Amino acid sequence: MRVTGLLSQRGYNIESLTVARTLDPTLSRMTITVDVEANIRGQVIKQMNKLINVLQATDVRDGPAVNRELMLIRARTNQQNRTAVLKEAEIFQARVVDSTIEGFALEATGDPEKLDEFVDVMRSYGDIEVTRSGIVSMSLDNKKLRLSAPVPRGAAPEEALELQGAD
Amino acid sequence: MSSNLYSGAKILLNCLAQENVECIFGYPGGVTLPLYDALYDHPIRHVLVRHEQNAAFAAQGYARTTGKVGVCCATSGPGATNLVTGLVDAMMDSIPIVALTGQVSTKLMGSDAFQEADTFGITRSATKHNFLVKDIKDLPRVIHEAFYISASGRPGPVLIDVTKDVFQGQAHYTPVTEIHLPGYKVYSEGHSGQIRRAAQMMWEAQRPFVYAGGGIIAANASEELRTLIETLDAPAVTTLMGLGALAAEHPNFISMPGMHGSYAANMGMSHADLIIALGVRFDDRVTGRLSAFAPHAKVIHVDIDPAEIGKNRQADLPIVGDVKRVLPKFTAELIELAAAKSKNASDRQNWWRQIRAWKEEHPLTPETSETEIKPQHLMAEIDRLSGGRAIVASDVGQHQMWAAQLIRFNEPRLWINSGGLGSMGFGLPAAIGAQFARPDKLVFALVGDGGFQMSIPELATIANHALPIKIIVMNNGYLGMVRQWQELFYNNRLSQVQLDSFPDAEKLAGAYGFKGRTVEAVKDMPAALKEAVAEPGPYLLNVKVSPFENVFPMVPAGGAIDEMVLRQPQPVEV
Repeated sequence: MRVTGLLSQRGYNIESLTVARTLDPTLSRMTITVDVEANIRGQVIKQMNKLINVLQATDVRDGPAVNRELMLIRARTNQQNRTAVLKEAEIFQARVVDSTIEGFALEATGDPEKLDEFVDVMRSYGDIEVTRSGIVSMSLDNKKLRLSAPVPRGAAPEEALELQGAD
Repeated sequence: MSSNLYSGAKILLNCLAQENVECIFGYPGGVTLPLYDALYDHPIRHVLVRHEQNAAFAAQGYARTTGKVGVCCATSGPGATNLVTGLVDAMMDSIPIVALTGQVSTKLMGSDAFQEADTFGITRSATKHNFLVKDIKDLPRVIHEAFYISASGRPGPVLIDVTKDVFQGQAHYTPVTEIHLPGYKVYSEGHSGQIRRAAQMMWEAQRPFVYAGGGIIAANASEELRTLIETLDAPAVTTLMGLGALAAEHPNFISMPGMHGSYAANMGMSHADLIIALGVRFDDRVTGRLSAFAPHAKVIHVDIDPAEIGKNRQADLPIVGDVKRVLPKFTAELIELAAAKSKNASDRQNWWRQIRAWKEEHPLTPETSETEIKPQHLMAEIDRLSGGRAIVASDVGQHQMWAAQLIRFNEPRLWINSGGLGSMGFGLPAAIGAQFARPDKLVFALVGDGGFQMSIPELATIANHALPIKIIVMNNGYLGMVRQWQELFYNNRLSQVQLDSFPDAEKLAGAYGFKGRTVEAVKDMPAALKEAVAEPGPYLLNVKVSPFENVFPMVPAGGAIDEMVLRQPQPVEV
């Protein structure tokens, strides 16, 4: 909420957002696609990094990365185009996850551009319904997470126990 | 570890004591009853205000005056929402305050309970960080984290929302020995290579100009600033937030730049070949139209917040760091450079000659009149009584601008005002905070008739504690700054700016049990001010000034700062 609040308060349009736990169960990874002009990009990253709960914010486009998205499509088919639709799915390496006389439900993964093309192709066969997961990204750089070390607090334990009488 | 059980309320107060909190400004309520019960026999001082908004402003006044973290406290629901203006204000001016708010019991949250509000959600963007404590075991860690976050790096407000059951709960107390915030980076040193390059640029610049602001005061780096300016012998301006960072009487001080800045400051900024920006953020009130701002200058920008660098103006030499650490390194480098080569003395002399000429062309002189009290004259009299040493807590508007132009501040933390947010009603409660922080100091609450009427409830707080605050109302009968814009840009269609029915000052102050007076004649004004200052207790002085005076110089919205309107435009003869 803090992250999305920050983006919306500054007027940046969020195109997609995914979040899930990482190997460390206390940490989550958020991948956000934001629609901003190139010169604002750096400012967005800096503002993200200011948030206390954000360990690190990076611009995925700064280096080599892999972007993937998952998509589910429901397509209505008739007797004539049923096979053709299946062939398209095969070309895009989509899997059939449901099949009825009315049509198919297909699952496709890939980089977002490939999925956009798949949607265009499927749309030409008739009515479709699309649900997209949003982009997940992984940088191929060897960047280490730079975290802050603990800061010692002033009070010595003994003096801290001088409370104003127990209850 | 003690085997005793303590209530959440007691644990909280103990943690505050460990953070050296001496004063809390607050107002009790339903869910904070357990906290206030623990406060009843606790040595921490609590100042009861009369409106929670003023608790936040008073905490700011305290923080701005001392540099310590100010603390305010309110109950749930409307108490907490009343703090929001003060929090956003602190956020804009980077003032360290911690706000404690009560919240309904954990099991009632989300049920639209009595006096329930989503304080945590509402204050998310109003604070540097905020916390919701639903488990008493988190309380000590959260409190110490809150103070650390508030005071470190770029300071800012932090809110802690504590549920009623946490206040009432019992736990063993384990002191916190370290603060671990892996995602929170505090920058301090500054890159040594950048520092060296910056010093070289400063050395070689023919028209260097120092632009210093609130960051210098937050870092307590006035001394370091002065030494740098003297070593470089550069002219220097301080922003509205930075007044006092460099002594007003220092020979290198060229006043304040920006929308209502001085002619020399704006011309200097526009014609410099190197702008040395220290603890500033290139705010729109200072820069005017960005595309026309200092077009010929390179910029060295030192700030503790990396997000500010390059936000409004590209920095040719960016340095992320604490000015208190970076400035002495600049000075050391400059001294080395000076020892190695001979100074380019002639060009600096030309630059200084130009700066002095601009100062003489259009100085900021207080206007006076025989027949009426000019607001500028009032500021000059306050300045005379202050001698650069008094605390002036100002409200927002024309009086604020004239005070910034005409009252000297020879030390930091004397000029207390709402800069970034410009919240009316700030002056009086901020003065309360300042007086509690510095009982030894002469404190002026300099307010307009508009802002004063937004903070009247706190006259009770002032009377209650017999705070010797000198409340000077610059009364022009209007919402002055808005009226000025309506006159200049809306064909003088004065819509809803006439503040009629101002109360009789003597009666109003008398109603609260202290002295008040209205002064209208020019000849009476200086003596009236002296009388106010001499009064051992609080004093309300209502000064009726010329109603249609405008603040000049002025850079109109969208204008470039070297295109100032220098005086009242004369009506054209048709």
